[in-house]
Amino acid sequence: MTSPTTATQTETGSPSGAFEPIKAVPVRKYGQWAIAAIVALYAAQLIVSVARNETLEYGVVWRYLFHEQVLKGILVTFELTFAAGILGTLIGTLVAVAKLSGNPILRAVSGFYTWFFRGVPLLSLVLIMGNFAILFSHLSISLPFTDVDFLRVETNSVLTIFVAAWIALSLHEGAYMGEVIRGGLVGVPQGQREAAQSLGMSDGLVMRRVILPQSLRTVVPPMSNRFIILLKESSLVSVIAGGELMNAVTDLSTSNYRVIEMLMVATLWYLFFVSLLTFGQRVLERRLSRGYSR
Amino acid sequence: MTESPTTERDDQGPTATAPMVTAEGVHKFYGDHHVLKGVDLEVERQEVMCIIGPSGSGKSTFLRCVNRLETITAGRIRVGGELIGYREKNGRLHDMRAKEIARQRRRMGMVFQSFNLFPNMTALGNVMEAPVRVKKMARARAEEIARSSLAQVGLADKAGAYPSQLSGGQQQRVAIARALTMNPEVMLFDEPTSALDPELVGEVLDVIRSLASSGMTMIVVTHEISFARDVADQLVFMDAGLVVERGDPRELLSNPRHERTRQFLAAAGTP
Repeated sequence: MTSPTTATQTETGSPSGAFEPIKAVPVRKYGQWAIAAIVALYAAQLIVSVARNETLEYGVVWRYLFHEQVLKGILVTFELTFAAGILGTLIGTLVAVAKLSGNPILRAVSGFYTWFFRGVPLLSLVLIMGNFAILFSHLSISLPFTDVDFLRVETNSVLTIFVAAWIALSLHEGAYMGEVIRGGLVGVPQGQREAAQSLGMSDGLVMRRVILPQSLRTVVPPMSNRFIILLKESSLVSVIAGGELMNAVTDLSTSNYRVIEMLMVATLWYLFFVSLLTFGQRVLERRLSRGYSR
Repeated sequence: MTESPTTERDDQGPTATAPMVTAEGVHKFYGDHHVLKGVDLEVERQEVMCIIGPSGSGKSTFLRCVNRLETITAGRIRVGGELIGYREKNGRLHDMRAKEIARQRRRMGMVFQSFNLFPNMTALGNVMEAPVRVKKMARARAEEIARSSLAQVGLADKAGAYPSQLSGGQQQRVAIARALTMNPEVMLFDEPTSALDPELVGEVLDVIRSLASSGMTMIVVTHEISFARDVADQLVFMDAGLVVERGDPRELLSNPRHERTRQFLAAAGTP
């Protein structure tokens, strides 16, 4: 206060005036470097041992990477993931909304759905759906417990392997997706609902226009997780000869005996598609963050 | 329980029509907690009622009961003569369907303490949403109205901004514009300036003040006592779920009849 530099006090807050930027010596992290070196050594050893493995023939992997049967399998994997992803998300949305609704019947049914389809192993589900015709030779919609049929078809004519696989994956996906989406819905602040209600919006409008769109942002990361899991889970369909990628490579390996090479073909493709999905997730997240940063 | 309002109510308003809002013996429980203990209030058309009182006195709860964000345990609330939340048939009350409640809420605009703008929509999007979705208005017409509402609160130039890009005061003004676009018969303000930095309070109060002078019927729950004195036609002091006293704001503030009111005003440091 009593310092003689009263003249400079008026300059407080002004951007002008000379200053010397800080040039500090950064902290040396020797431990970090040591650990990095050890990790790099082991990684190098692993890569070299796989690359130099004499029983592995990389030429075979390369030759089969674009084999016709593999490409067909990829197409089926793609179709299954896409179709089950959409149906599963749809089921999941309904389950999530039902769980949060005021209707006790809807809550009970959706609760049972999640409990059941999260509990049944996907492998069992795929096998059961694939062999449904053993259980019911015909499918019909009728008056309950009567012979009055509105619609009656042979099981195998409708429930092809693809459709069976699609339904199994979707039911399974729907159970998990329901919880993912419910998490997003619950995360939207209560004030948003109240503001929408006070504008005279119906419950349906509040959900569609305010709650669901805002939950999307938080739901995208776990949802992308589910899609990636689904892509790989579709490989289980190979047990009912679904004709997807894993089925294709195992088929090929029974004739060419190159089991590991064929699995590497599948692995490379799964890695490639997971990379695509990860990229898609990033684009989506950027788009949805609109309005959330300054 | 309540002081009979001794204020002269001889405004030349249409005396034939019912009061805009009436509350008779309103009780509200949250579980075992008795929040409202018999509230009787009346707001005439074009009247501005300000409610003050310590936190926990039930003033915000009462406001939320008026547009049925909360249900009441006993009593009656009427808006424009219409019973809120229930239909009366053969002497019995029937719960209203969600759709009817939504229709009743359209008669009222509400402004919240925490603004509650939709963060994923621009200011214009926020204001247009209800006219387009609820009133099914054509987009062009809705935009025209929305822009004039934004202009009314002095934010014509912020139409394209997202809430996160606006100051608290600007957000609250957008929230007021959003409520106004639905053309409500009565506006409910729930502590509209409590979440604002002190230097932003003025701009929001100015908007509310000009709304009051345009003849809008309003109930304002507030801590801004000097604002209440300037704007209110009727000032209400609530404490512990009851209306302690009500009347002309100047009269009430300079001459409180109840000890509790005196304590509150002293603690609030009224000028």
